[in-house]
Amino acid sequence: MITTEATKVAPAPERVPAAPDQRPRRGRRAWDEAPRWQIYLPLGIYLVFTLIPFYWILLFALRPAGSTSLVPWPVTFDHFEKVWTERAFGTYFQNSVLVGVATLFLTTVVALAGGYALARFDFKVKRAFMLALLCTQFVPGALLLVPLFEIFANLQMINSLASVVIAETVFQLPLSIILISGFIKNVPYTLEEAAWVDGCNRLTGFRIVVLPLLRPGLIAVGSFAFVHAWNHFLFALMFLSDQGKQTIPVGLNTLMSADSVDLGALAAGGIIAAVPVVLVFAFIQKWLITGFSAGAVKG
Amino acid sequence: MAQAAAVAKPPAPPRRRRASATPRRLPYLLIAPAALLMLGFIAYPVISVFYYSLQNYNPTKPWRNGYAGLDNFVHAFTDDPQFWGTLTFSAKWVIVEVGLQLLFGLALALIVNQTFVGRSLGRALVFSPWAVSGVLTSAIWVLLYNSQTGVTRYLADMGIGQYGTSWLSDTSTVFPAAIVADLWRGVPFFAILILADLQSVSKDLYEAAEVDGASRLKQFWHITLPHLKDAIVLSTLLRAVWEFNNVDLLYTLTGGGPAGETTTLPLYIANTSVDAHNFGYASALTTVAFVILLFCSMVYLRLSKFGGEK
Repeated sequence: MITTEATKVAPAPERVPAAPDQRPRRGRRAWDEAPRWQIYLPLGIYLVFTLIPFYWILLFALRPAGSTSLVPWPVTFDHFEKVWTERAFGTYFQNSVLVGVATLFLTTVVALAGGYALARFDFKVKRAFMLALLCTQFVPGALLLVPLFEIFANLQMINSLASVVIAETVFQLPLSIILISGFIKNVPYTLEEAAWVDGCNRLTGFRIVVLPLLRPGLIAVGSFAFVHAWNHFLFALMFLSDQGKQTIPVGLNTLMSADSVDLGALAAGGIIAAVPVVLVFAFIQKWLITGFSAGAVKG
Repeated sequence: MAQAAAVAKPPAPPRRRRASATPRRLPYLLIAPAALLMLGFIAYPVISVFYYSLQNYNPTKPWRNGYAGLDNFVHAFTDDPQFWGTLTFSAKWVIVEVGLQLLFGLALALIVNQTFVGRSLGRALVFSPWAVSGVLTSAIWVLLYNSQTGVTRYLADMGIGQYGTSWLSDTSTVFPAAIVADLWRGVPFFAILILADLQSVSKDLYEAAEVDGASRLKQFWHITLPHLKDAIVLSTLLRAVWEFNNVDLLYTLTGGGPAGETTTLPLYIANTSVDAHNFGYASALTTVAFVILLFCSMVYLRLSKFGGEK
C-alpha cells in the first residue's frame, strides 16, 4: 500500500553510462541490498500466511454448499443471495452505511473546528485541551458501556442509530483533531492573512484558501472515521436491540454464534462486510500517504 | 480530562466586533463542540463508573441496590477467582501478542524496506490484512479453524494437530489459535509504523559504516535499532493498551471460552455488565482496569515528553 521513492536504488556512478539503472554488482552492494534469498524466502512464507485466509473466505463464499473442492468451481452466488435477503444483510448494510457516513461528516466537521483552533490560536486552556485529547486515547469505549447505555437510555436514544453515531464520533474525535491540526499547520498562515487583506473575513478566507489545501488530510481523516464506524462492533451490539436496526458486524457475529454455523453464509457475509472498506482504501490510497506524512510531521 | 470542562466557558471579553472575527473568543467557540461531546460522553461516563463502583447496582435485583462502600473491590480481590484469572490472562495475552507483533513487524518492515523486484505489490499484499476489522478477522479464522472443513483439517493430514476438534474449542490450542488470528492482522500494522520510521534513517550513516567495513548485522545493531528506539517504545506501548482494551476479536472469535480460558479483563467486564446486569461490580472492575491504564498512560506521557517543558 505504501510506495515511496525514499529507498529506490541509488543511481550508478556517472562513469558507467552504459548501465545507469543496474543494481550494484555483487561484492559492492549498496547498504540496503540484502542477498536475494534473504528477501524472497521470508517474504514468500509470510505471503502464504497472509493470503490463505483471504483465499479461504473466497472459496467458501463462492463454492456450493457441501462441496469440499479446494477450487471454487462451479462458482455460485447463492450464499450472497441468501445472506442478503434471508439474513437481512441488506438492512444491515443500509444501517452501516448510514452510521458510517454520519460519523464521517460529524467527525470531520467537529474535528476541523477544533483542529483549526489548535493550529492557529494560542489560548488559555490549549495545553489542557491537548492533554485531554491525548488522555482519551487510553479510555476504552468498551469499559464505558454501562454509563453510555444509561446516558442514551435517558436521552431516549436507545435503539436509534444516532446513539451509535455519537459514540463512534466521540471516540474518533481526539485523533482526528490532532491529525487535522497538523495538516492546518502545514498551510502557511500568510496565505490566510493575504486573503483577509483582500477583504475576506476569517470564514471565507478559510473556505477559499485553506480548505482546498486540506483535501488530502480531510479525506484521510474522514475515511478513517468511516472505516472505524463501519467495522466497530460493540456499540452497535449494545445500543441497538432491534434486529432491523443492527449493523453488518453484529450480523456477522450472529452468523458466527448460530448453533449450526452456516460457513457459506458466514463467508459471503464477511465479503459483503469487506467490500466498502476495500473500496474506500482503493479510492483514498494516493491521498492517504501524503495526508498522513504531512499530518505526522508536525502533529 | 476534567480540564476540558473549562473549555466550554470562554472568558468572553466584551467586544464590539462580530464574534466570528473576534480572535479571543473564536478558539473557544471552535473547540466547544468537541469539548462538549468529550465531556458528555467520555468524562461524565468515567466519573459515573467511579460512582457506580461504590454501589450495589443491578437492575434485575433492585431490592439490593444502594451504597456498598468498597465491597465490590474486596469481592474482586479476595473471593473472585475469575477476576484473577482474567487479569493474568490479560497480561499473558498482551505480552505474547505485542511481543510477537513487534518481532515479526520489525522483521517484515526490514524486509520490505529493501529494494527488490515487485516490492510495491509485495508491500500491498502483506499489509492488506491491516484493513480487516476485528469481527471480520474472527469470521475468517472461524472458517480456517473449522474442524470439518478448515485449513486445520488439512494440517491434521500432515500430522499437525488432530482431527475432529476445532482449535478454538480445545483448551490446549485455543490460546495459540487466537494469537495467530490476531497476529495476522496486527503484524502488518506494526510493520507499517516501523517502516515509516525506517525511511527517515539517513543513508549517509550506512555509507559511512560501509566504508569503515561494518557488517550488515553491525549496521543494524548500531544504526538502525537506535534510530528506531523511540518509535518502537511508543508504538509498543500504544499497541499494548489497544490490545488490552480491544474486545471485538476475542468476543466474537472465542466468546471468552472455552471454559473462560480466553477471557480478558475488559471482556469479563462486558459479560458482567451486559449478560449478568451486575453494573456495580462491573464498574468496580472497570475502575481497576482504569488504574492499570492510567499507569500505562503516565509512562507513555513521560516517554513521549509531553509533560516536558521546553
